[in-house]
Amino acid sequence: MRPVRTGLIALMSATVLALTACAGGSDDAGTTEPAGESTAEETAEFPEGSTMARLAEAGSITIGTKFDQPLFGLVGPNGVPEGFDVEIGKLIAGKLGIAPEDIEWKESISANREPFIENGEVDIVIATYTINDKRKEVVSFAGPYYLAGQSILTLKSNTDIQGPEDLAGKNVCTVSGSTPEANLLENYPDATVQALGAYSECIEPLRNGQVDAISTDNVILAGFAADNDDLEVRGDPFTEEPYGIGLALDDTEFRNWINDVLEESFEDGSWTEAWESTAGTVLPTPEPPTVDRY
Amino acid sequence: MDLSVVADNLPAYLTGFRLTAQLTLVAGAGALVIGLVVAAMRVSPLGSLRAFAAAYTELLRNMPLTLIFFFAVLVLPQFGVILPLGYWTAVVCLTAYTSAFVAEAVRSGINAVGVGQAEAARAIGLTFGQSLTTVILPQAVRTVIPPLINVIIALTKNTSVAAGFAVVELVASGRRLAQQNPADVVLVLVGVALFYLVVTVPAGQLANLLERKVAFAR
Repeated sequence: MRPVRTGLIALMSATVLALTACAGGSDDAGTTEPAGESTAEETAEFPEGSTMARLAEAGSITIGTKFDQPLFGLVGPNGVPEGFDVEIGKLIAGKLGIAPEDIEWKESISANREPFIENGEVDIVIATYTINDKRKEVVSFAGPYYLAGQSILTLKSNTDIQGPEDLAGKNVCTVSGSTPEANLLENYPDATVQALGAYSECIEPLRNGQVDAISTDNVILAGFAADNDDLEVRGDPFTEEPYGIGLALDDTEFRNWINDVLEESFEDGSWTEAWESTAGTVLPTPEPPTVDRY
Repeated sequence: MDLSVVADNLPAYLTGFRLTAQLTLVAGAGALVIGLVVAAMRVSPLGSLRAFAAAYTELLRNMPLTLIFFFAVLVLPQFGVILPLGYWTAVVCLTAYTSAFVAEAVRSGINAVGVGQAEAARAIGLTFGQSLTTVILPQAVRTVIPPLINVIIALTKNTSVAAGFAVVELVASGRRLAQQNPADVVLVLVGVALFYLVVTVPAGQLANLLERKVAFAR
């Protein structure tokens, strides 16, 4: 009985310590490091009334991310999302003095990202979110923090398809309502687009011959190719998908600050570290991109 | 509410709407036929037919429609049955699923027909098939027309599941439009909802009307 009880007390005091450490992180700026994050060195003084000050004061942040995107944002059985997007989120939260466990993750599928930001349901969205001009009319983007590009995955045994030009007359699987679907419809109208609910659902139809290829961002395809010996990524990426961090349209101050955080993480190696612990397990480590301060 | 985004993209909506309507009509017709046959099997004198009909109904009625789609797209190919992705797979799944509900509705109608009707039919020498088709089913179907319309309304909405399985019906069209109009995502989806109401509200009215017309005291 005794060991159990001591264990329990130890656990409780650890929890209390962790809690006070977090609370301290936002109050006495510059003195305390948030628990479990080494990235937040000095919690700088934020301008009064800024989003950064508000979040640091609250000690929590709500981040929208994908829950079904391997390597970027994927929720496992424990309910906590994992991936490169998630690591970038932790990095930003850390600079606000917010510990990873104080981040509230909210599932953001492609269709609800803009409404979530506009309605304030989330503070930021990090969800393989391509920066484009139409979206810039509704939300602001910090970053890019990664440059992806749309590519093609086929069976290794299929030699017919070597690049996007070979898609004409072929069945191509992608996700209904996604950017890759829109790209295919616009640039390769001769291909038959078969849109399912998730990219992972395309794998079996590809093996059965119901579709000839899968097309989406190269990073997602590389994850599949790494897990399945019979699949191969073909050709160079034929689009540019700069992944950005979505936030409220008029919050330029917050955008600039996130851009600073990103640049800092490019410099000090924490970006590379985040990549290597997630997507970097199956993909080569790229050079950090250049932040677009528009 | 400024629905100009819906007006501007009317062609895209109409293409999706046409497929939704087509799925509803084709799968609805198939489900009515199969449902009627299954209901007849359910009351047949042959035990094996009754057992098959009961198993068919219980299995399909109690399984989520999405799983039935997954089964057709991902599991059947494992057994060598490869359906073409898209429209016809959706028709097969929606028909199978809806027919179970039709069968149950018709069976309740059959139960509502007085047992004396069946006895009288047998007394004048009609076979089981004859008494079913000329005496029982006509009365049974008459009582279950309103619930059958409810089944068709549910089917109209259920066609949206096909959006996730390579059919560009109303919901999938809406997703494409949402992707193209990030500023109006909510309005695009309101537009999708309005198009469903175009089918479902009149169908509901029709059910009310028919209920008054065909209602009779037993």
